[in-house]
Amino acid sequence: MAGVYNKKYPVVKHEETAPGQRLLCLDAPEIALGSAPGQFLHVRCSEGRDPLLRRPISIHFAEREGGRVCILYRVAGRGTSLLARVAPGDHVDVLGPLGRGYTLPSAGERVAVVGGGIGAAPLFFLLAEMRKYYGRYLDRVSVFLGAHTLEALPGAALIREMGYHLDIATDDGSGGFKGTVADLFREASGNRTFDRVYACGPPPMLRVLAAAVGPGPAVEVSVEERMGCGVGACLSCACRVRSAGGAVEYAHVCRDGPVFNLKDLVL
Amino acid sequence: MNLGVDIGGIKMKNPVATASGTFGYGREYAGFVDLNRLGAVVVKGTTLLPRPGNPTPRIAETPAGILNSIGLENPGVEAVIERHLPYLARFDVPVIVNIAGDRVEDYVGLAARLDGQPGVAGLEVNISCPNVEKGGLAFGSDPDSAAEVIREVRAATRLPVIAKLSPNVTSIAAVAESVAMAGADAVSLINTLLGMVIDVNARRPLLANVMGGLSGPAVRPVAVRAVWQVFRAVKIPLIGMGGIMCAEDALQFIMAGASAVAVGTASFVNPRAALDVLEGIEAYMRDNNIGDIKDLIGIAHA
Ligand SMILES: Cc1cc2nc3c(=O)[nH]c(=O)nc-3n(C[C@H](O)[C@H](O)[C@H](O)COP(=O)(O)OP(=O)(O)OC[C@H]3O[C@@H](n4cnc5c(N)ncnc54)[C@H](O)[C@@H]3O)c2cc1C
Ligand SMILES: Cc1cc2nc3c(=O)[nH]c(=O)nc-3n(C[C@H](O)[C@H](O)[C@H](O)COP(=O)(O)O)c2cc1C
Ligand code: FES
Repeated sequence: MAGVYNKKYPVVKHEETAPGQRLLCLDAPEIALGSAPGQFLHVRCSEGRDPLLRRPISIHFAEREGGRVCILYRVAGRGTSLLARVAPGDHVDVLGPLGRGYTLPSAGERVAVVGGGIGAAPLFFLLAEMRKYYGRYLDRVSVFLGAHTLEALPGAALIREMGYHLDIATDDGSGGFKGTVADLFREASGNRTFDRVYACGPPPMLRVLAAAVGPGPAVEVSVEERMGCGVGACLSCACRVRSAGGAVEYAHVCRDGPVFNLKDLVL
Repeated sequence: MNLGVDIGGIKMKNPVATASGTFGYGREYAGFVDLNRLGAVVVKGTTLLPRPGNPTPRIAETPAGILNSIGLENPGVEAVIERHLPYLARFDVPVIVNIAGDRVEDYVGLAARLDGQPGVAGLEVNISCPNVEKGGLAFGSDPDSAAEVIREVRAATRLPVIAKLSPNVTSIAAVAESVAMAGADAVSLINTLLGMVIDVNARRPLLANVMGGLSGPAVRPVAVRAVWQVFRAVKIPLIGMGGIMCAEDALQFIMAGASAVAVGTASFVNPRAALDVLEGIEAYMRDNNIGDIKDLIGIAHA
């Protein structure tokens, strides 16, 4: 595969950003150069044979000039707990960049970016790219982020620093709208129209979102599924899509996604 | 140093192949592995008609292993011939097509269709898939029905026929003897071990298909034992597989009696695993002054 690398890259930064959430940056120039928003890395969390599999984690940020790629991850289980122990100077075995990412907007389109919980991680890279190439339309971009609590909300300050308008939702009401980000988006889209929506989050959120956006905008969402190989060989990561002919068939998240057009997905 | 082996008429330049279902159609790993360097490529289980496969989750991680219930997702033999075999034909590597069916006639149809197909070096007959409702394992768990499938396939093709055996049986040696008598040119072993995992939070089986096939390092001792027993029971060559992660693992299979090995789950962890295994075998032979790989095959029985 062209432009997919598998190497051990040195850790340049690894820190807790919120309780149970960590930012890990690697010095990986070729990945930084070659990756696009929405793509992911397949990360080996430890050297041993148990846990065995790699873990798929989205690219949170890539600094092309600085040669760094970062992931933002939630410490969820065994693999990510082991990953949480690596320190600057250690090396992490990464396979990537993998998958198909988001299509950037066309000039002047009105854009909504909607992220729930840690699912928002890849949207930062997207926002950074949009700022670079669509800077003069930044005021046409609305960002909606949601989390359980304000504390767990990833990177709100950073998004505002980039110059975006940000609305937030928290389940407990500790910040912004009280409720889910999909509900917040539904309220907001009552008086705003969007040509294009980018989203990332769990299936229930995507279902609410699908109902809220209506048929107008092009909606691209990032999907999660359990993975083996990450490169399209094992067929573990199937997800149901509607083909051009209307029949339901399986696509594969690692190769055909993780970003899909919402209208193609059978949620 | 001679690494070449002959698997029932398939000339492999070295004993390291890729295991069916773990290496796609070669293309997926071509950026990491020079396919010309492999002993053979074994492609995903192929059926007469396309199969969508099972619902998800299809994979679960288990201690030092994985459980999969892919359910033989594949585009069907015509698409494999059209889309995948021409790509693989560009490389100097024998391609073995793994075939699967619900009925004996399905296997016969596949064997006939693939006979004489350019770029096919042999057939691996999957009578051991635990992830489909009919056929698969049902054929492989009984010596007589296993022999029936192999006999019919043998009659339908001139290609070398490799029977892929399941470890989910009381006596794998008895099944091996039976397929050898029925005309198999070689046997592959082992396919995955039937297993399951329960998600205690959901209080349900984790895999959508309930059960799946166990592979990876966790199964290796079972696989080495199976090769050992089958080597004593039959004269035809064996392809050993099950949890091979490195050269030392592969050498265990060869010393137990396998003429060739296949690397499966390891590729998911290390895309270059098959070549790492090959290079490690070469290093072992160099370090121990072994001039021919054949001198190691079955040596542990001496
Ligand atoms: C394309 C993609 C992008 C992702 N991006 C991010 C991200 O940016 N940040 C982040 O925190 N998480 C992300 N995830 C989820 C992340 O992969 C899981 O949280 C992680 O695999 C859990 O591993 P664990 O060992 O800690 O948990 P365990 O529960 O111990 O894992 C057991 C097994 O289940 C798999 N698994 C568990 N949860 C998930 C899940 N949600 N999706 C896929 N496989 C899972 C693991 O990979 C492993 O094989 C992403 C998932 C996918 C598919
Ligand atoms: C995801 C996956 C898919 C598989 N698909 C097939 C298949 O289509 N046909 C087959 O005969 N074996 C299939 N197998 C079994 C492997 O070829 C091999 O026999 C088994 O996994 C043991 O080797 P390993 O532990 O090195 O993976 C599959 C295994 C895995 C993990
Ligand atoms: S994870 Fe193997 S095909 Fe997607």
